[in-house]
Amino acid sequence: MADIKVAAYICKGCGLGERLDTDALVKVAQKDGKVPLAKSHDFLCNAEGVAMIRNDIANEGVTHIMIGACSRRAKTEAFYFPENAVARANLREGVIWIRPDTDEARETTQEMAEDYIRMGCAEVKAMTAPGGNPVTGSSKTLLVVGGGVTGMTTAIEASKTGYPVVLVEKTGALGGWASKLYKRVPVHEPYKSPADTGVGELVSQVLGDSNIKVYLNATIAKTDGAPGRFIVDIATESGATHTEDIGAIVQASGFTLYDMNKLPELGGGKSPNVVDQAGLEALAIAAAAGDGVIRRPSDGQPVKSVVFVQCAGQRDPTGTHLAYCSGYCCNTSIKQAMYFKDANPAVDTTIIYTDLRTPGNGEDFYRSAQEKGVNFTKGKVVEVVPNGATSTVKFHDLILGDTSAAMADVDLVVLATGQVPNSGVNIEVPAAPAEAGTVEVKPISILNLTYRQGPDVPQLKQGFTDSHFICFPYETRRTGIYTAGPVRRPMDIAQAREDATGAALKAIQALENAELGRAAHPRSGDLSFPKVRLEGCTQCKRCTVECPFGAIDEDEKRFPVVNESRCRRCGTCMGACPVRVISFENYSINTVGAQIKAVDIPDEFAEKPRILILACENDAYPALDMAGMNRIEYSAYVRTIPIRCLGSLNTIWITDALNAGYDGVMLMGCKSGDEYQCHFVKGSELGRTRLSKIDDTLKTLNLESERVRDLEVAITDIKRLPEMINKYAAELVAVGPSPFKGF
Amino acid sequence: MTEHVATNETILVVGGGISGMTAALEAAETGKNVVLVEKNPALGGRTSQLYRYFPKLCHPTCGLEINLRRLKGNPRVRLLTLAEVTGIEGDTGNYTATIKIHPRYVNENCTACGECERAVEMMVDDPFNYNLSQHKAAYLPNAMAYPQRYVLDPAIIGTADADRAKTACKYGAVDLDMQEETIQVKAGAVVWATGWQPYDAAKIQPYGYGRFKNVITSVEFERLADLQGPTGGRILRPSDGKEAKNIAFIQCAGSRDENHLRHCSRICCMASLKQTHYVREKYPEDGKSTIYYIDIRAIDRFEDFYQKVQADPSVSFIKSKVAKITEDEHGNPVCHGVDTEGYKRYTTPHDLVVLAVGMEPSVKGINIPGHIVADSSGFIEADPANGAVFGAGCASNALDVNRAVQSATAAALRAIQVVNKVAKAEA
Repeated sequence: MADIKVAAYICKGCGLGERLDTDALVKVAQKDGKVPLAKSHDFLCNAEGVAMIRNDIANEGVTHIMIGACSRRAKTEAFYFPENAVARANLREGVIWIRPDTDEARETTQEMAEDYIRMGCAEVKAMTAPGGNPVTGSSKTLLVVGGGVTGMTTAIEASKTGYPVVLVEKTGALGGWASKLYKRVPVHEPYKSPADTGVGELVSQVLGDSNIKVYLNATIAKTDGAPGRFIVDIATESGATHTEDIGAIVQASGFTLYDMNKLPELGGGKSPNVVDQAGLEALAIAAAAGDGVIRRPSDGQPVKSVVFVQCAGQRDPTGTHLAYCSGYCCNTSIKQAMYFKDANPAVDTTIIYTDLRTPGNGEDFYRSAQEKGVNFTKGKVVEVVPNGATSTVKFHDLILGDTSAAMADVDLVVLATGQVPNSGVNIEVPAAPAEAGTVEVKPISILNLTYRQGPDVPQLKQGFTDSHFICFPYETRRTGIYTAGPVRRPMDIAQAREDATGAALKAIQALENAELGRAAHPRSGDLSFPKVRLEGCTQCKRCTVECPFGAIDEDEKRFPVVNESRCRRCGTCMGACPVRVISFENYSINTVGAQIKAVDIPDEFAEKPRILILACENDAYPALDMAGMNRIEYSAYVRTIPIRCLGSLNTIWITDALNAGYDGVMLMGCKSGDEYQCHFVKGSELGRTRLSKIDDTLKTLNLESERVRDLEVAITDIKRLPEMINKYAAELVAVGPSPFKGF
Repeated sequence: MTEHVATNETILVVGGGISGMTAALEAAETGKNVVLVEKNPALGGRTSQLYRYFPKLCHPTCGLEINLRRLKGNPRVRLLTLAEVTGIEGDTGNYTATIKIHPRYVNENCTACGECERAVEMMVDDPFNYNLSQHKAAYLPNAMAYPQRYVLDPAIIGTADADRAKTACKYGAVDLDMQEETIQVKAGAVVWATGWQPYDAAKIQPYGYGRFKNVITSVEFERLADLQGPTGGRILRPSDGKEAKNIAFIQCAGSRDENHLRHCSRICCMASLKQTHYVREKYPEDGKSTIYYIDIRAIDRFEDFYQKVQADPSVSFIKSKVAKITEDEHGNPVCHGVDTEGYKRYTTPHDLVVLAVGMEPSVKGINIPGHIVADSSGFIEADPANGAVFGAGCASNALDVNRAVQSATAAALRAIQVVNKVAKAEA
């Protein structure tokens, strides 16, 4: 390793010079921080201050920079030294802004600042500027799984951007569900009538594009590797396997209509004259090929009355059928009612619904249907009774309050049954052992990933492979693999095309960044990556099991194999490792541990407790910063260290802190559980699971359980956090000083 | 962050809300240079003014923090704030945008120390709180503001307060001579992400917005609930500061209405369902919410959220388009109408009425070449006639945050396709 030279810069601006003894801080950096070059400056973030630092880098050989000024979240443009290791001691938001400007407070405020200088110096010395992951791949090809509207759109858009595409479709033809539609819901003004599906055009665009290689009757037999260097085996009907080098993957495996045979009470499977929406499309296509009249399947008589049953097997709170709404079915039923009305206004068409859901310009389409004479009845269908060639639809009329309303002699009933995602194997549910005498039906994997954590993308609620993040809808838990279309959430053609285009961008971005050795969202651009010191590894597999992104596999000797470009740099592996052999260049057991040890612990008679705060850098740390910006005071006894995620918490930090005489440790991480807010998905949950075992450690040390406090924190806890800190500090006074002080 | 020179391989993104930030960041993280233009002094847009998101009830500032960190670390995005695009000339792959930059009166030396704010006395309306409160005329737009730099309100210029601000700043950051500038920026493609504005509730005459103090809009209600808002997160009614515990939510206020907005704004049902959570959060014992609705559009996976609210005894649903609102002698707004489930007439007083106002696209009065093809509501349509100007987010449709981000990501790709073609032609 090249020689390192550390320099410490202490700012006197923003009141730091008045509130703190900055000369003493410089001395602390030199003496305790053992930094060869330490300076103070009146206004470090202005052009002159920054020029001073740049000059030291250029002419004094400074490689490592410790800046004692404002928070790491402030003045990021000024203090931008991407080639160097940089630590920021937060003297402004973290010290003077949260302490009163009084004579009594001056001593403890100064102690706080001096500790942060010691911590910053210790941290930066333990860091190296990250150099980027050397194991990159350079494949620029996208794999698109699924040849429906979503898959074809992804392929076309990626190709238009200049990237080659391999498209794999399991059936013998492109087009998917949309190719079975007679017409689609309109997407342009005037939103009044059904429009051409446009599928034929998409198919010919795909087939005519030499940049898109199509495999029909094909499935993914194996997906190995990582973004930029996936190796994918494609099995074709003939039995042959083709291997493709792939940079990133878009899974557009679509949906299956909910099976109407599960709805016998609604006549599903009981009469040919009760169909689902796909069945009606088939009848409409057959009619268009003939005389334009939609006919009753049972006897070929023209349909004179049709009832559409909305939410059939959907929005079901009992858990028997689908719990969700598929979103598109209201517009689809309106469209289908128009098939009849546009051909023959005399046909009686009724849509029975509880809430009609036609967002955006769907409202115009809905209005158009009303103008065309489609009846809309707010009601809940209770039963469909087929009776010869017709059916009786019994429903609860919600407007009239009539619980026994009925429509008799209905020629055709259409059940709007909704979408079930084709998500492959749910890797988080252990395969249930087959009951004796039954045939075990296993879901078929879509991607057949060779990942240690399972063959498919993890699912969210109700089987969709969606992202849980409102702000970041594409963030699946497998880097470089994006899902799009109805496999991600229920949607119509227009949304699927938009979704496909966005997914194409994310896939392109993933393979480009993989080649550069950079992380994907949310630490996008991060060049650090986990390094495992295998000599020390005990093959315990915790890192491979816990990684929220399935980045770590195991070799034949069960040692971890980190696939760097699958990694999102949360540090969960580092937190999980009981023998502490995993680290990042700029974030490690040591960068945090050295800070913990650098704090000066007063003896038990000083009555100055010390509380360590390990705070999630995305939510808790900004909340503390904003408390400072609002000048909300809190205890001078805390020493805060931002961590990438609570998931990166290694319990050695807690043990070290307690052994060193800290009186308490506060951990601040995001909400975990079903409605988690952790941006590394499982990070805070895994951190908390680790913490749940900390009581044993405390018992071994003969310490009270109050010494460690776990807090669920949101970024808005600007007022709450100072209160919690002060409360905890008071509680610790009652518990008494740590017995480990002075050892 | 940097001052890279815009060329026709640059992508211009107009609007720095969640859609614009997303389009800019996604393009920049794919290796493209971006100029991001925001008319307000800080990024974040309308989502940053929300207290919580549906359906997770998480806080928008959490995602904003991530996006800001992405931005701070990415030299490919050049940010212009207080800036408005006043015209675009040229064609696909070769546009020149004219951008007017309003003076901030504070330069990059600002450390956000707040001394200028303490020095001045003048108070002005705070648009971040929809003018429900005032702030100093030297201000940081909000706690999450990026750029983290103060602003002087133009009203202060030429007053003694302005000189006080200048004197208070030890860093030479206050520059009272700053003038409006107009610059021109080259771009190969444009992402138009100017978002939406709440429909002007005063136009819905029978609801009395503007006449009755206790009739407010859904966006204003977000600020009341927000811990950083004008009431510190207490739901107090504007007329007398009394705790508002019995709250009516009126759906389709302006939406689905031929006299106002013809479209359905998509988000309002979920927003009101979400806001009933605020009522319960603040008044767990005796908070009461009533939703007046036509259809509850808790579309697709949001259904379970709706079901949870339905199961909440403190929330009632009345299927009715409220006919009119009056005010009683206690200042209570009174809703009048007919419950269509059973045809029952009602005259019901509430402490506060929240109008779930519709979403109107902000695309207005902009000189975009060739006239942008928009639908009858004003949303930008996807149309070849638009050249390389791509609508994103709520400039293109009534969308929730999740869908707006999807739309912005798609728009970023369309823009990249254009600049890649330019790059190839020039290579």
